[in-house]
Amino acid sequence: MVQTEAFVMLSAVLFVLGMMGVLLRRNAILVFMSVELMLNAANLALVAFARQWNQLEGHLFVFFVMTVAAAEVAVGLALIVAIFRTKQSINIDELHQMEG
Amino acid sequence: MEYYPQLVTLVVLIPLVGMTINLFWGWRFGETVSGIIGTAAALLAFGVSVLLWGYLTNSGYQSAVVNPPFLDGWIRIGSANVEIPWQMRVDTLSVTMMLVVTGVGSLIHIYSIGYMHGDPLFSRFFAYLNLFLVFMLILVTGNNFLMMFVGWEGVGLCSFLLIGFWFDKAKGVGWRNSLAARKAMIVNRIGDFGLLMAIFLMFWTFGTLDYYRPGEINNVHLAESGGEHSESEAVAAEGEHGEGAAVAAEGEHGEGAPVAEEGHSEPALPVYTNNDHISTEQLGVFSQAERMIEEQHQVDFGPFNLPIETVLVLITLFMLVGAAGKSAQIPLFVWLPDAMAGPTPVSALIHAATMVTAGVYMMVRSNVFYHNAEFTSLVVTLIGAGTAIVAGYIAIGQWDIKRVLAYSTISQLGFMVAAVGVGAYGAAMFHLVTHAFFKALLFLGSGSVIHGIEHGHHLAHERSHGQGHGHAEHDHDEHEFDPQDMRNMGGLARKMPITFITYVIGTLALAGIFPFAGFWSKDEILADSWLAGLIENRFWGYIGFGVLLLAAAFTAFYMWRQIEMVFFGQPRTEAADHAPESSPLMTLPLVVLAFLSIFGGFLNTPSNVLGLDNIFGAHLFTTWLEPSVANAHAAAFQPLIAIGALILALAAIVLARSIYGANKSVTEDNSDPLAVRRDTAPIWSFANARLYWDETYFRLFENPFNVLSHFLANTLDSDFWHDYVHNTVIAKGFNSIGQLLAKPVDLGIVDGTVNGIGALVRWVAARGRRVQTGYVRTYAVTLLLGVVLVIVLLLLPALTNAGP
Repeated sequence: MVQTEAFVMLSAVLFVLGMMGVLLRRNAILVFMSVELMLNAANLALVAFARQWNQLEGHLFVFFVMTVAAAEVAVGLALIVAIFRTKQSINIDELHQMEG
Repeated sequence: MEYYPQLVTLVVLIPLVGMTINLFWGWRFGETVSGIIGTAAALLAFGVSVLLWGYLTNSGYQSAVVNPPFLDGWIRIGSANVEIPWQMRVDTLSVTMMLVVTGVGSLIHIYSIGYMHGDPLFSRFFAYLNLFLVFMLILVTGNNFLMMFVGWEGVGLCSFLLIGFWFDKAKGVGWRNSLAARKAMIVNRIGDFGLLMAIFLMFWTFGTLDYYRPGEINNVHLAESGGEHSESEAVAAEGEHGEGAAVAAEGEHGEGAPVAEEGHSEPALPVYTNNDHISTEQLGVFSQAERMIEEQHQVDFGPFNLPIETVLVLITLFMLVGAAGKSAQIPLFVWLPDAMAGPTPVSALIHAATMVTAGVYMMVRSNVFYHNAEFTSLVVTLIGAGTAIVAGYIAIGQWDIKRVLAYSTISQLGFMVAAVGVGAYGAAMFHLVTHAFFKALLFLGSGSVIHGIEHGHHLAHERSHGQGHGHAEHDHDEHEFDPQDMRNMGGLARKMPITFITYVIGTLALAGIFPFAGFWSKDEILADSWLAGLIENRFWGYIGFGVLLLAAAFTAFYMWRQIEMVFFGQPRTEAADHAPESSPLMTLPLVVLAFLSIFGGFLNTPSNVLGLDNIFGAHLFTTWLEPSVANAHAAAFQPLIAIGALILALAAIVLARSIYGANKSVTEDNSDPLAVRRDTAPIWSFANARLYWDETYFRLFENPFNVLSHFLANTLDSDFWHDYVHNTVIAKGFNSIGQLLAKPVDLGIVDGTVNGIGALVRWVAARGRRVQTGYVRTYAVTLLLGVVLVIVLLLLPALTNAGP
């Protein structure tokens, strides 16, 4: 049997990669992709633990996460399309009108 | 007849009514009616005085004390045992003064109707004259020293009002009159201080201020020696608290205590001849003084005691200060010559006959005190004699006709005061009476002369300048033409015969020429002084005698100088050439007074002189006075002194005639013959300058006072107090503190604090605002950091516990 630690470590690595992508990417779509990566990393961790303890709650929660992720992507992409219509660019560094 | 003493209230009331009428309604009445009202008041008062005189002669000179109706107790402080009632006294001394005051006063009222004719304030003049009579009569009828003081102050007030009567004359004359009035008032006040101190001392020593209480005997010697006084009846109504007036008659022989029942004569009552039956507290001041001297009483002043003789000396010295102020002695005589600025009737009434004699009256009334105060008698004589000679000397150098008479008055008052000093109280009063006659005559005569000169000036002007210039022209000249200057007179004997004759009679009376009035009275003073030195071993009698003799010679000299300058010779100005005789209203009183000046001396003829006493009675006046003035003794006639003084006076007149007679009275350059001769020039000039007395006073007192006053007002009050303290220190200081509080404190600190807080908030906000960068990535990092922090915090226990 594969050890749970390997799954969790993979999950961690994926999470960190995704976090790095969120922090360092300029393209909004790529930021979304990184966010998805983080979410999926969390999914993986959940599934791994559910496998370890043989419980369904973990799997169930993954369903929820996926649903939320899908909704979020829909809304987010709609937002990005709206932003592109105004600024003709989706470079997030150019979106700082609400500043102090 | 017994009720006559009660009439004495009328003596004071009638002139009061006259004054009220003239004061409030006189301006409506016109001259004649006002004059008649005033004169009638004076004449009625004189009538009452004559009634009182009749009462006294017929009742054996029995004195009476009268409580006026409706005046029960004037000053009464029961707890301190102070009782000073408003009581009036009818005795021979007060009736003498009443007769002189109202008699001469009436004549002067009549004269004033003529003199003040044409004056717009005619009725006010008569109101003031009557007011003066009121106060003077209060002075002489009072039975205690406080009433005398009320009258004293009142006549001082009237003197002020009357001297300054023409206070609104143009060209500075009115101002000079006001200054003279003010000077009289102030100098009198200084004397009043002395009298007040005497009154305070008297009250402290004796507990009362009454002269003699009802039931007391004034002149114990007279009573004890029997005398020809009849049994008296004591009548008293309802005690002293009743509704009516109470008359308590005290007798020389009489019953001592008032009878309680309605009055009938009670011959069975005890007859007292002295005051031993009365306890000391119940006596008046004079009897108390005598008793205290017998008992060698010590007066308690708190930390120290003084024997009664010393206290009497102090009291009498203070009274002398009062008399010096009122009766114009050294050093307070300076007001009287300036008082001649008032109308001439005022000078005659107040400053010759009545007010100035108040001091002499006071001293004669207090003869008991003076008799027992040897030291004061010395001082009084020296001052009186000194005044007589100094004033006589000054009079020689005066040009103004009234000034000569003023200094003559001062000189004669010196005679009277010196007489008091040597103990000749009867002689002093006698001289007071005769002096009233001839000095009033002289003053009224001078008024007639002045009027004549003024009229003559008018007439002369009209003739030379034509008619119609009226008063403007007159006023212009009045500044240069002085109607009172004797250098503008001359030769008036032919123009004003009645005035001339009466004036000469007055002069002869004043100079002491036999047989006029002044001869008798002046000689009595001289004789008494000499005898005081000889018999009573009072050495100041000799001093007084010598000085007064010399002063009498001066008197004759300056009076004859005046006669020569005014009446003899040729008229020196047109005014004198056209001077008319005055109206009968003015000349009639002159004639009456001349009559009195001729025959007035026979009131007190000494015995065994040329058989005159068989015609007129010997020493009538002294006998009349004795019941009231215990120490008035008639002196024996001293023929050598009389003849010597007469010769001296005649020699002085002859000398004056030789210098001033035969039209030499004024030299070409309008100066005195004595002033041009080298040897007499300094003497005359010094007299003319009035011994620089007023100037000395100015330097000594007035100028330092003015300087001090200016200093206090300008430097101290204005510069220092107002400018520096108020404006600089207080006002500016207050303002600067206000500025300090307003600007740095209020604006700076308070506003600063509040504004600062706002600025702080804004600064914080400005800094804090920067957290919101608007960059998504920044928010993401913050999120991450927050998550890490939370995880660490959650894991912290696990980490630390599971540590190796």
